[in-house]
Amino acid sequence: MGYTAKFRVWRGTDEDGALNDYDVDVNEGEVVLDVIHRLQATQAPDLAVRWNCKAGKCGSCSAEINGRPRLLCMTRMNTFDQSETVTVTPLRAFPVIRDLVTNVSFNYQKAREVPSFTPPPDLKAGDYRMQQIDVERSQEFRKCIECFLCQDTCHVIRDHEENKPVFAGPRFFIRIAELDMHPLDTLERKHSAQEDYGLGYCNITKCCTEVCPEGIHITDNAIIPMKERVVDAKYDPAFGLFRVLRARSKSTKTMNEQADRAWSLLCSVEAGDVDYASVRSDVEDAMRQAKGVASTGTVLASLEALDHFEAGRLDEAAAEAQASLSWHRSAQERSDAWVTLARVYDAQERPTATVEAIENARRHWPDNPRLRHFGGDERRP
Amino acid sequence: MTDLERHSYDVVVIGAGGAGLRAAIEAREQGKRTAIICKSLFGKAHTVMAEGGIAASMGNVNSKDSWQVHFRDTMRGGKFLNLWRMAELHAKEAPQRVWELETWGALFDRTPDGRISQRNFGGHEYPRLAHVGDRTGLELIRTLQQKIVSLQQEDEREFGDPEARLRVFAECTITEILKEDERVAGAFGYWRESGRFIAFDAPAVILATGGIGKSFKVTSNSWEYTGDGHALALKAGGSLVNMEFIQFHPTGMVWPPSVKGILVTESVRGDGGVLKNAGGQRFMFDYVPDVFRDKYAHDEAEGDRWYTDPDNNRRPPELLPRDEVARAINSEVKAGRGSPHGGVFLDVASRLPAETIRKKLPSMYHQFKELAGVDITAEAMEVGPTCHYVMGGVEVEPDTGAAVGVQGLFAAGEVAGGMHGSNRLGGNSLSDLLVFGRRAGLGASQYLDGLDGTRPAIAGADIDQAAAAAVAPFNGDGSENPYTVHTELQMTMNDLVGIIRRSEEMQDALEKLEELKRRAAAVTVEGHRQFNPGWHLALDLDNMLLVSQCVARAALMREESRGGHTREDYPLMSAEWRQVNLICRADGDDVSVTRQPLPSMPDELLQLFEREELNKYMTDDELTVLPEGDA
Repeated sequence: MGYTAKFRVWRGTDEDGALNDYDVDVNEGEVVLDVIHRLQATQAPDLAVRWNCKAGKCGSCSAEINGRPRLLCMTRMNTFDQSETVTVTPLRAFPVIRDLVTNVSFNYQKAREVPSFTPPPDLKAGDYRMQQIDVERSQEFRKCIECFLCQDTCHVIRDHEENKPVFAGPRFFIRIAELDMHPLDTLERKHSAQEDYGLGYCNITKCCTEVCPEGIHITDNAIIPMKERVVDAKYDPAFGLFRVLRARSKSTKTMNEQADRAWSLLCSVEAGDVDYASVRSDVEDAMRQAKGVASTGTVLASLEALDHFEAGRLDEAAAEAQASLSWHRSAQERSDAWVTLARVYDAQERPTATVEAIENARRHWPDNPRLRHFGGDERRP
Repeated sequence: MTDLERHSYDVVVIGAGGAGLRAAIEAREQGKRTAIICKSLFGKAHTVMAEGGIAASMGNVNSKDSWQVHFRDTMRGGKFLNLWRMAELHAKEAPQRVWELETWGALFDRTPDGRISQRNFGGHEYPRLAHVGDRTGLELIRTLQQKIVSLQQEDEREFGDPEARLRVFAECTITEILKEDERVAGAFGYWRESGRFIAFDAPAVILATGGIGKSFKVTSNSWEYTGDGHALALKAGGSLVNMEFIQFHPTGMVWPPSVKGILVTESVRGDGGVLKNAGGQRFMFDYVPDVFRDKYAHDEAEGDRWYTDPDNNRRPPELLPRDEVARAINSEVKAGRGSPHGGVFLDVASRLPAETIRKKLPSMYHQFKELAGVDITAEAMEVGPTCHYVMGGVEVEPDTGAAVGVQGLFAAGEVAGGMHGSNRLGGNSLSDLLVFGRRAGLGASQYLDGLDGTRPAIAGADIDQAAAAAVAPFNGDGSENPYTVHTELQMTMNDLVGIIRRSEEMQDALEKLEELKRRAAAVTVEGHRQFNPGWHLALDLDNMLLVSQCVARAALMREESRGGHTREDYPLMSAEWRQVNLICRADGDDVSVTRQPLPSMPDELLQLFEREELNKYMTDDELTVLPEGDA
């Protein structure tokens, strides 16, 4: 069953290193870490690699295999073709100490910046009472083995050293989420996630979730609920901008009053209740503050598109609405973007495009109240 | 010494698993400036591998539980060789240690009324193990790690420096404890990353380095388990107790090679899995010892009925104590009735519907699917015994963790001996770490207070000597490779001082160990000192060899079978040997073993047991306090 595999392994440091080629024996059932150990025992006794439990439980042997962040101990050799060259390199997001070992102190620094669990001061040890259903959400995040693969793959810091000071990364977003969802934690954590840890830099590409060896739903269960709590506002439900996001989190505690204020004002303008000039400075002020806490674009694009339109910046409005379409996943959000686009096209006197946009808006959300601006004949009255 | 980094602390804790972190938290909370030193990154310690739970008689699931019942179970599990005072402190204090974890953020599984849930486990009379699914050890480590971070945040606020009173030195290895006369003065080691030397001036050192499993070929232990603390204590003048007792878990994976030794949880058998040999026979029925004959099913039909009707049937022999099952598997393999990869078959596929298996044993399903390509709902697993835990360790004062014979040295957790006697119960390890980790931190603090400000000083010559010893492997003649010597050591201990021991084989092992020691002295490593695994292994190898000698010598001397020590030539338990602890000490380059009487239990603890039960373990002279045939 054994064969000789071709391995390319990074030897050296960031400044002074190279990929070395090795031919090395592989036996049936082995994982990449076994092969690395064989290299140490036979050809490269000083090959540096971190490892510990060799059972996927400690998160020490993180590296990149053929460019993909993985645990060496959980990557079986039979997932490769026998003729394939297996390339093993250190985590790219962190400075290389030597060979496959990187300096991951960034993560320990960030860990120290998250305020610790803070129970009610008068609650004594032994008196804690929590329901299973209430602890399960935080328990999912406490499965984290701190392999830091999510940190490694996150594009915000992977090739952007400059973002590290202001961005804690997925591992610490789930730590903050874990504490935020802890039934007995008393600290307010949502806004700090955005303001102090850079949650806003995340644009939900889900790369972190994909590489998590523990299968933690980092994006869906931690990042998105935190983002929506930060941005979540008492938007008129009729406009539904954040309806789906909000529906996903039953425990919404925080409202972003600024985003709420901007959207309400713009909708009043759209409805003809007030004119844009009279609310312009309020809208701008509200949006500036909302952007300080919201994510990069994904939820604010609809707001910005409408603002551009009411301010008469038609091209920008169209661009934002289209950007919004490329990000927003809910039917209601898509519908809202199409309504804004319809208004842009209408103002540009492009009837065919307008009608198409209105049809799209209606297809996604037939009851979108903003469609009333276009009346029964699909044209604005 | 120009190439030396030097620090001064009140307390230095070596090891950052459950015991080390709990000790450091206590020392820091007592106001002592504390350093934590660990070979791996912070939070990676072997404690993360613990699955089942933390034993503590909180009585959340069965209110009849109490510290007395837990104490009794622990003494029985250890076949009455435990140091009674340790077992008593452990049983009394475990609940407080678990509740305390909750105040630091731990999230255990809950009972319907919102308290910490507790599960049944082998040897525990009532449901007693606080748990988080099957990852309790990870929860423990993470909680202690985060508590340390919170203490550092306090110091940041107070002093503007998070490491003002508590600092973690990760990826750092200690090679020697340094003393002035009879007292500890500090410790010497090296940074794994740079190879740079580092010395700590500290009047108190706490050993919390875990076990010795890496001296055996097949083990559930990680590379860190090289017996460093055991060896450091010996070399500093301390003593080891009970080193002959090693727990082999009966079911570890045997294939593929990459996962050989990884645990297969006892729950597989608890839920209906059975052991079969190559001929498809449920061999455990042939291995029920006489003492258990009336407590276990006599045929498969009865054993099968037990799962649904435990009141009217006896349990199947697959659920005998760990040592019995491990020995039986070993015998089947030696008799040529093993599976293709040298184990036996653990079959749950033919016993339960696939859906039930996936639901009840999710991690086992995942483990075999991912690592062995085996679908346990369709085919049998291959399993065999794996070296799991060392009951023996540094001889300590039970109340303070102070190492006997070395002032200023303390030990807690797996590296300390006495608590578990000849065999440890599942779940008693995590509670041991917390109870005695805290006590060692407290003991070290009190010791410091008693010094009245005087601190022993490290002699410069001792540092020079330690540094010279550490770099010696670079100066060898190239004749030996550390990996080769290590592999031979693992084979020797596995084959000759393993589950079943014979006098001649242990003699052979001791000779082989002498040879390996000579060869280890000639080990030569290549490259430089920066993150060089060959060099690290060369230094760890000395510790493994010294500790292996202790195991082999003590095992050869104890002429009885008890718990984690089985002699083919002395198959019975002896009441005379129960009164004896074997104590290992360093004797030049060699190891000496002496007999020492075991402290006898006070009457009020003795009276927790039935006379009839104690008769099985103790001599009549020991039982004069109890009326004949009474409780």
